[in-house]
Amino acid sequence: MIDLLALRADLVPLALMAGVAGLDVVSFPQAMYSRPIVAATLGGAVVGAPMAGLVCGAALECLALEALPFGASRYPEWGSASVAAGAVAAHGTAGAAVPHAADLVFALLVGIGAAWIGGWTMVRHRQIIGWMVNRKREQLAEGNPRTVVGLHLFGLGADLLRGVLLGATALIIGRLVAQAAQDVWSLPSNITLGFVVTSFAAVAAAAVWKNFHAISGTRRLFLAALAVGTAVVMLRG
Amino acid sequence: MLLRGFTIQGSWNYELMIGNGMGFALEPALRELRGDKASAEDNPEYRAALARESAYFNAHPYLTGLAIGALARVELDRESPERIDRFRKTLCGPLGSVGDRLVWTAWLPACSLMALFLFGIGAGPWVVALGFLIVYNLGHVGLRIWALDAGWKHGLRVANALGNPVLQRGANYIGRVAAVLAGLALPLAAHRAVGGGSPIAAIPAGIVIATPLLAVLLVRLHGRAEGWKLIFGLLSALVLYSVVH
Repeated sequence: MIDLLALRADLVPLALMAGVAGLDVVSFPQAMYSRPIVAATLGGAVVGAPMAGLVCGAALECLALEALPFGASRYPEWGSASVAAGAVAAHGTAGAAVPHAADLVFALLVGIGAAWIGGWTMVRHRQIIGWMVNRKREQLAEGNPRTVVGLHLFGLGADLLRGVLLGATALIIGRLVAQAAQDVWSLPSNITLGFVVTSFAAVAAAAVWKNFHAISGTRRLFLAALAVGTAVVMLRG
Repeated sequence: MLLRGFTIQGSWNYELMIGNGMGFALEPALRELRGDKASAEDNPEYRAALARESAYFNAHPYLTGLAIGALARVELDRESPERIDRFRKTLCGPLGSVGDRLVWTAWLPACSLMALFLFGIGAGPWVVALGFLIVYNLGHVGLRIWALDAGWKHGLRVANALGNPVLQRGANYIGRVAAVLAGLALPLAAHRAVGGGSPIAAIPAGIVIATPLLAVLLVRLHGRAEGWKLIFGLLSALVLYSVVH
């Protein structure tokens, strides 16, 4: 049974939060509350289960390590996407509990899919501002302060709106699909979680290996620390 | 100017990059050029300076403070427009590469890995999120404040500020710390994500074997496939299998 009432109650605060997180990715203030580990936790907190949001955010953070936000390149927009993903993971989960394995998988799919589409919308946003720049070339060349300020505020406002719409769409689709599919999920939780953890940890490990190759000694340090970390897990287990 | 600097990429586009943002951030300083007359907005000196500063520009957003401070200084010192243009162009390259290396490839991943480490050792949601935000923004806001101050202080000699040891060698030290954090964080976070328990059981043992193999494959695919896209495909296949099965 799809819980439309709960969805309607959560939609406005989550969409606004997604807008603010989307704005943080590039436009303002880049304080990185748009990083998945923060944004998904916040998304989960709105639904009443920050822990479920955190688990989802930690997984997405592993992927975000691979796609760093270099200027003009196209990269996934994790901010709005992570808010929606965290909320999908947290739906139906009590405060301090971790999400059900099937919910987590759907939340992660929503997060990656929305981040992918978000990257595309960021490019479109930049093209729209570029189109406006071309239309206002004359005023910019004259140093018209109203044009400079107006263009800037338009860019900020459009980016906020982009994040709101993206977050709301991802949340609606994610929640509806996750609820509908939950009843037909057949894989045991431990196998599902094992699959998810293996995939995401591998992306993070590969990203670290590639990112720090230019700094001498980092790969050896990584491998040594990995051995220590694994030994700690064995001892704690 | 510092507050406006936080929005420097608000009108990012492929025509001017952050040029319009530079104009927006510098505009309060340029008002000093226009006097107090009713027609102050039409002052030709002010308008020429604003037009110059709103032209094409690109740099790392956190280090644009160096350019904003230095350009405000040279505009208010009434340097020649040709000299300002040349100076502006020479700033683009170094501010971009130094910032990318220090922030995007070192500081940001290091803070992300610290957050994953906190998650791995069992910290709660708010400790992880706030821990990340506080540590990251100590570096972020500190860099922005230092950059604006140094730019204003050095003016045309702002290249001296780029010789700062943190900018030159900081990425190397941060990168090493990040590598250690990564090594510690990944097994701990993975263990917590599967719900803890004995690492000798079948599922954790499978993770220990499969993760490095997949990681090696991803490293070998470098440049040909992005890991997050591959994972999207794998998760979709898992969903299909589980629902159809």
